[in-house]
Amino acid sequence: MMIFRVKKTTTNILVHLLLISVSITCLFPLLWMFGSSLKTQGTVFSDMSIIPAQPHFENYVTAWREGNFGRYFFNSLIYTSTVVFGIVLVSSLAAFAFSRLKFPGRNAFFIMFLAAMMIPLPGSFVPLYVLMVKLHLVNTRLGYVLCLINVGLSFSIFLLKTYFDKIPKELEDAARIDGCNRLGIYRHVALPFAKPALAVVVIFNALNVWNEYVLALIIFNSKDLMPLQRGLMIFRGEFLTNYPLLMAGLTIAALPIIVLYLLMQKYIVKGVTSRVAFP
Amino acid sequence: MILFKNIYDWYRALKGFRKGLATSIIVILSVSLAELIYQKSHNLRFISPIIILLVVSALIGLITKIILVRQFRSFLFIVPALAIFSIFYIYPFIKVLQLGHYNWDGILPTMKFVGLYNFIEVMKDKVWWQSMFNAGYITFIALTFQNALALILALACDRQMKAGNFYRIIFFIPPVLSAVVVGLVWQWLYDGDYGLLNHWLYAIGFPNLARSWLSDPKTALTCVAIVHSWKGFGWGFVILLAGLQTIPHEFYEAARVEGANSWQVFKGITVPLMIPVFVLVAILTVLGSMQSFVLILTMTDGGPVFHTVVPVTRILNSMIGSSRFGYACSQSIIFGAILLAISFIQKRVSQNMRQA
Amino acid sequence: MKNQKSKIKNQNHIPKFKKVFKFFNFSLSFWILIFGLWIFNSSGCAQRDDALAKKTITVWHWMTDRESAFQELAKRYEDETGIRINFELYAPSDVYSQKVRAAAQGRTLPDIYGLLGEKRDFAAFIKSGQVADLSEAMNEENGLWKECFFSKALEVVEFKENNTYAILPGIYGAPIDIMNIQMLYNKKLFKKARLDPERPPSNWEEFIDDIQKLKKVGVPGLVSGWGEIWMIDCFASNYAFNIMGEDKVIATLKGDLPYTDPEWIKVFSLFKELVDKDALASGIVIMKNKVAEQTFANERAAFAFNGSWCVNVYDGMNPRLEYAAFLPPKVNGKNPMYIWGGGSSFSFLVNDRSSKKLETIKFLKWLTDKDQQVYLSSETKNLPSNKFALAKIPKILAQFADDMDSTTNPGIWPVTESPAVIEALGKGIQSILIKEKTPESLAQELQAIKEKESQESF
Repeated sequence: MMIFRVKKTTTNILVHLLLISVSITCLFPLLWMFGSSLKTQGTVFSDMSIIPAQPHFENYVTAWREGNFGRYFFNSLIYTSTVVFGIVLVSSLAAFAFSRLKFPGRNAFFIMFLAAMMIPLPGSFVPLYVLMVKLHLVNTRLGYVLCLINVGLSFSIFLLKTYFDKIPKELEDAARIDGCNRLGIYRHVALPFAKPALAVVVIFNALNVWNEYVLALIIFNSKDLMPLQRGLMIFRGEFLTNYPLLMAGLTIAALPIIVLYLLMQKYIVKGVTSRVAFP
Repeated sequence: MILFKNIYDWYRALKGFRKGLATSIIVILSVSLAELIYQKSHNLRFISPIIILLVVSALIGLITKIILVRQFRSFLFIVPALAIFSIFYIYPFIKVLQLGHYNWDGILPTMKFVGLYNFIEVMKDKVWWQSMFNAGYITFIALTFQNALALILALACDRQMKAGNFYRIIFFIPPVLSAVVVGLVWQWLYDGDYGLLNHWLYAIGFPNLARSWLSDPKTALTCVAIVHSWKGFGWGFVILLAGLQTIPHEFYEAARVEGANSWQVFKGITVPLMIPVFVLVAILTVLGSMQSFVLILTMTDGGPVFHTVVPVTRILNSMIGSSRFGYACSQSIIFGAILLAISFIQKRVSQNMRQA
Repeated sequence: MKNQKSKIKNQNHIPKFKKVFKFFNFSLSFWILIFGLWIFNSSGCAQRDDALAKKTITVWHWMTDRESAFQELAKRYEDETGIRINFELYAPSDVYSQKVRAAAQGRTLPDIYGLLGEKRDFAAFIKSGQVADLSEAMNEENGLWKECFFSKALEVVEFKENNTYAILPGIYGAPIDIMNIQMLYNKKLFKKARLDPERPPSNWEEFIDDIQKLKKVGVPGLVSGWGEIWMIDCFASNYAFNIMGEDKVIATLKGDLPYTDPEWIKVFSLFKELVDKDALASGIVIMKNKVAEQTFANERAAFAFNGSWCVNVYDGMNPRLEYAAFLPPKVNGKNPMYIWGGGSSFSFLVNDRSSKKLETIKFLKWLTDKDQQVYLSSETKNLPSNKFALAKIPKILAQFADDMDSTTNPGIWPVTESPAVIEALGKGIQSILIKEKTPESLAQELQAIKEKESQESF
């Protein structure tokens, strides 16, 4: 028994060591980013310390002002919330239909969505842009939001369908006996069951939209509609990169996503409210 | 865990790959044929009428069937997704499929129809196959190193709940960080003269190992793959942890009562129940790694001399650098076909694993 | 389980119309959101207002460093004439290229825009009707506008008679600044290696010698953005002009002289020599120009090969840097050394489909006028394209300006090399730098590609 206990402690220590060392590598860039944002342009590469002796907190104010962050932050918030809401709605409806309902072409359409996930099209922005010009969606918020909803659609449908497939038949039958129509089953059974998957979908799409840059630049013609990443690009000049301001901007940009993750990770952890056996 | 029980499983997996390739080849050839017929009459139009004809007839057939079978309300569920998808993905997809058959620089109002010439040229392009190999290498490192790390960490965090919360947040920081920061930090780490890695190697006492990591052709690709894995393991960790959380504690307690040690518990309970999650993570890893390019653009831009190119950087290069838009489209299509074929293999492997 | 079942049980007692109402409520919120966005849109576009649109000129560019100077100039112009100039910045440059090409296809290019890319792309834009011919405006009043530019600056936006792109001869843009690419050296590091800080190397042997002396005190030699193909192309081209003379280089481009000629191999061997003698900063083979500038500004290399825009960069990164510019040290003393330069750094084109061409051209004339050029060059520390605006530039920029006569660049050559050969040249030299190819094998490879390209006529 003693050997067994010692073994257990050693494994415990090793595990803790592993966790801590990986955490250090994960935290290091964050600290470096934060530290660099407090230095000046002249010292950002020569000063090797993590936190400089004289922190320049005013870099954050300068970054906010010069990068016109107020407007861009607001825009990014609008886009992220709208797109996430839209994707959750549209993809959960579709995934529910693919998983639980019968209609002709069900398999064919699902394979079509799946294929879209597997066939990226780096060159498709030109025909897309021309199409949007014809539909008068260029330089509009609506057009950008719809474009981004499309980008996240395949993955979300795939993930949600995998989770919806696991809903036990008994739960669904019970709901149907109680008088729920399809929409009711969707609302009261499927959605609560797939909370972890929904949380993953929310975070994944929020992250993509928040960091998205290329599509915004191509679709929008006026500064007022641009998202946050555009403000950051101001600091990455063609020839000169203002590193402290850029790092300050990046830190500001990273915060909301971290906050969102903190909120969402509760749902991923809790798992299903009712413990069910795996099929 | 035996992946393939016997030779028949290998054969079926290969069949899956061939099926995927065959499907894509058939699609490309049929579009080429349609384009060839179309070319006899017109020079440039943005929507090819033959393809529209096919799509419209398919839609009419579908709608008729739906009305006949009276399942319209179920179909309504997928209408919003379908509408957005067809406008923003299917139309550009058809256009790209069409444009791959032309020589076009992306600017001039005229194009020249060259049939399958672009596709053949892609097949002969050595740099293209190098980029596919590089992407495959990065994916391999991701599948093994990244996912193994994610699994170990997920298992570790599953056990200890109070620390688990803290680690969960920290491990998700790399995916959240923008690729710019990640590229800059790791570039500095790997720097030949002033990098942190070389600094530590000197300090520990291995000065001959120090080198310019990102510009040495032997190490550049592996270094990039490591950074990619580092940035991506957070996702695998989150999904695996969520999967581990759904395994009821009663199973573990029952096993412990029967005297099983950790390894047997892992093999007998965790692994079989987690197979669907493993499959999910594997599919997502492959798809994500094959398409990654932002980190590479930031750190090495495909250098030194094509040692770290990946297919997407080649496509972007054809589009903007050498102004060969049609060629870029054909590269995109071939890339998509290969990804599709790989996904077929994965589907087959996952089916085998479910049966096992 | 229990909670859900009881919730569902309660559903039973709700009358049917409430269920329908709930469904409507659900989807309605989504559609209201979409509708709200639609309404939101009108707040974002200033150009929807037609009356305002008539008096607004839109300009697209990618030069982040000049954005504030441009905004100031826009304000001044509006005070003077009442016409609003809308400068829109899209960075970084590769995304800007994508945007311009997409906009060209969608016919949504603005009144004025800058163009990135080679002359071939420029010609394609002209052929698709996206660029206005400014020759008439340039030649007005006995060529008043044309005369104020450096002739080298105009050559980049000009298409002469019988050009290979089949474009009608004319001037198709207005250069905003000029630049050239030269060698720079760090005076302080020279002093450290006990070299004369006022005497940069005058020929190649001295250059290599100096680097050896610098290495002894631990200073890396040459740094440059050789991760970018055009930078390598520039360096190789300069030395090709020096070693074999302009005529032979043009002959090679035309296909009359093979790349396997011993003088070309001599050009490639220069790179091999640099690598063998360990004269380059580490990581140079994947270095972007920006990183190379950082390295030189942080005094981590003694020599740099960079363009006149670097003055602004170095000033921003390290104002105390002591450095000077000099022509790349000659290998062949008999031929002159040519450097790349001209107006190709930045020119503005006028959209041929613009409805306000007259006002746009007027604005461009104002922008390239002496006062505005002086302001731009002093604000952004770049060389002006207006030759009357050279008065107030810093000393180091003057060194660049003095050498404008030695400039050439692919945009003004009668023939240009095909992109496949250029890429092979750049990547091949990078291979020499990492010792994966020899100069001879590169020469043979280049010649093979060149022959293949010339056989395929498109």
